[in-house]
Amino acid sequence: MTLFLNIAVDGIAYGMILFMISVGLSITMGLMRVVNLAHGGFALLGGTFAHWLAQENGMPFWPAAVLAVLVTVIVSLPLERVIFRRIYDFGDLQQVLATIGLTFLMIASVNLWQGSSLLSIPLPDSLKQSVDLGFRTLPVHRLVVIAVGFASILGLWLLLDKTLFGIRLRAAVDNRSTASALGIDTDWIFMAAFGLGAGFAALGGILGAEILPIDAYYPVRYMVLFLIVVAVGGMGSIAGSFIAALGLGLLETATRYLVPDVSTIAFYALVIILLAMRPQGLLGRAHA
Amino acid sequence: MTPLMKSWAPPLALLALAIALSFLMPFNLAFLTRILIMVVLVLSLDLVLGYAGIATLGQAAMYGAGAYAAGLFAIHVWADPLAGLMIGAVAGSILAFVSGLVLMRTQGLTLIMLTIAVAAICHEIANKARDITGGADGLRGIHMEPVLGMFAFDFVGTTGFWYALAVVVVIFVFVALITRAPFGLSLRGIHESPDRMAAIGVSVYWRRVTAYTVGGAIAGVAGALSAQITQLVSLESFSFTLSAEALIMLILGGTGRLYGAVLGTLIFMFVHHWAAANDPFNWLFVIGAMVLAVVFFLPKGIISASAGLARLIKGARHAGS
Amino acid sequence: MQGLEVRGLTKRFGGLTVAEDIDFDLGPGDRKALIGPNGAGKSTFSNLVTGILTPTAGSVRFDGRDIGGLNEAQRVRLGIAKTFQITTLFQDLTVRENLRLPILERERRGYRFFRAADGNAQTEAEVRDLMDQFDLGPLADSKVANLAYGQQRLVELALTLALKPRVLILDEPAAGVPSSETHLIDDAIERLPADLAVLIIEHDMDLVFRVARRIVVLVQGRILTEGTPEEIAADAKVRELYLGGSHD
Repeated sequence: MTLFLNIAVDGIAYGMILFMISVGLSITMGLMRVVNLAHGGFALLGGTFAHWLAQENGMPFWPAAVLAVLVTVIVSLPLERVIFRRIYDFGDLQQVLATIGLTFLMIASVNLWQGSSLLSIPLPDSLKQSVDLGFRTLPVHRLVVIAVGFASILGLWLLLDKTLFGIRLRAAVDNRSTASALGIDTDWIFMAAFGLGAGFAALGGILGAEILPIDAYYPVRYMVLFLIVVAVGGMGSIAGSFIAALGLGLLETATRYLVPDVSTIAFYALVIILLAMRPQGLLGRAHA
Repeated sequence: MTPLMKSWAPPLALLALAIALSFLMPFNLAFLTRILIMVVLVLSLDLVLGYAGIATLGQAAMYGAGAYAAGLFAIHVWADPLAGLMIGAVAGSILAFVSGLVLMRTQGLTLIMLTIAVAAICHEIANKARDITGGADGLRGIHMEPVLGMFAFDFVGTTGFWYALAVVVVIFVFVALITRAPFGLSLRGIHESPDRMAAIGVSVYWRRVTAYTVGGAIAGVAGALSAQITQLVSLESFSFTLSAEALIMLILGGTGRLYGAVLGTLIFMFVHHWAAANDPFNWLFVIGAMVLAVVFFLPKGIISASAGLARLIKGARHAGS
Repeated sequence: MQGLEVRGLTKRFGGLTVAEDIDFDLGPGDRKALIGPNGAGKSTFSNLVTGILTPTAGSVRFDGRDIGGLNEAQRVRLGIAKTFQITTLFQDLTVRENLRLPILERERRGYRFFRAADGNAQTEAEVRDLMDQFDLGPLADSKVANLAYGQQRLVELALTLALKPRVLILDEPAAGVPSSETHLIDDAIERLPADLAVLIIEHDMDLVFRVARRIVVLVQGRILTEGTPEEIAADAKVRELYLGGSHD
């Protein structure tokens, strides 16, 4: 029972982190059809800014986190304009290459600024505590991550389902040329969606620093993980990303608890089997 | 020039360049040898990606398999270099075949991602099987017998260099023959139009698995070569960075023309060497900028630049006459 | 019997029936056309015959053998070939290479690793014959991507013939070809081997009436009628279909 609860809490928290980081990737891949290997870089940038603000300048955790997310969004917008907009029409391989190049530049920038060591983000005491449920205790940090994760999916759902922006975004995901023919400014939608995705990645990077530690090589180390969430969930499907992230978070955590020696191998093997059977992902469209 | 001379002139020029460099940079033979090893890896990638159009970011998986197989073979069974190369080829092809059975069912992003995942699994297995592979410390204690029983590996790396150069030549000719053969033509066909290949009566899936397996064997040879010459196999053999760099070198030189692979490797390695020597901490800036420059300004690689230049010169000549 | 024998062929996508109980024969030397309004199920029918789609019910026989279990590539190797509506030629290969490929595959030489692809005199002679047949000789070493559309359609035909099919399905062979070049397609069809079984799926009625000896009319997945061009031209139901509805 305790084991089960441990797996559930850690797995769901881990899944929420994966979701926050990957959801933007799913949007960019589904909407802009860009194979974006640099997306993890935004989580890195968020984590680095938060580290700098909180660790080096003594700013409290939450304001530092919010500010770091905002700065990451501000950095991401010109990148969309200057780099991503130009590669939308390129082939898969050119996109892969361009985003690898961008990833290298992000790594090099962080390396230059903060060095290659671990960039810790000190948690406030309130997050370090545990809550006593009577039969066991749970770390507050995990619960907060889970709460923020649920708030994120709820917020995204409201944004995409209830606002004009969301309707336009979904129209553009379905069919970009039809959307522009209907007078929807897809350029603006793309940039806004990109910034939104970068912001969520930064948030996930900061909150997940306890689970996926931040250092300059972060975007390369966890690249496959984020891509897998998108591929399993189905590109462009936010619900798919959520289900996939939770499922993969639980799976990873379960393999780590149950078969610690071969957890990574078991995790990847299961993912490969799943994708071999369903190449379009769980909620992806068959032709994608 | 006859077409035959024309097609062999660029690689022969590159061979001459390699020999010239070995005399110009006698104290950097290890670096030149490293380039030669990468050339073999990038040639395997050109076959798989440039010709057959299989988008992969996991060629390091087969390289690493070849490296560990050859290293273990040398330590535990027989330290003959050529036998080791064979073992590397076999290991690379087996891994490529088995993973290819699954991977070749997918395409596009899923394929790219699964190739990364396969390399990540191999990395993890090598990391966990510490008793066999040495884990993060790497596989040590590889001592090779002399090549062909005559040329012992020396401290300066002279034998290593010539040995690697010989392997590069053999592999280059091997791949050149394949790409000019009916099999190579069918790979280009699959790259261009898989639907049409099926309509011609070809099982695209098996053709792709075959190409991936042959490419895997060559990558395995590259890995084995590296294990034998550096006498060390590290976990880096399976790293994403290695796969990504091989891809960058290939695109930099130009895909689907074997000497493009050679040229791209040469340029990348020299830029890398120069940047790392100048600033060991920030050379990644140079690489990143170079990659972006290639994508935006030379999408078909350096080769296209030279072809465009040749056209320009030709055009000028025509205009003048 | 020799050739294709289709019985009771039916295909449903969910609740939508796109082919219903189709009986159809195509023997050596036949020149049949399949016509019908947009959405009548013409492409579905050809995809069912070539193995791209699997039927819900019914059978497809070739030379008396049930080929229902064979995939597209296997049917091609038996001799059932099809040209495509939209050209899927190898754009970056030359005309010569486009024709060499199907011959090599037909002869099962696709897995040869160390023989030059252009090294077989017999293959090269066959490539030259095909190019001559379609007046493609001067374009032999041009990349297909640089050819005019009408010329690409000719390469398409030549490539499919290079498979030496016994049944040839031409899916809109003149689609997108400018009217100044349609005579090229006409001539090419005229010159097809006499014993080849040919089925033309076409919108262009002029072309159909010029080359077909029998016409099958498909409407909403069912065969409305079949007859000679004269019978079809005189058929009241067909006239209503084509004159009453949109003419395209």
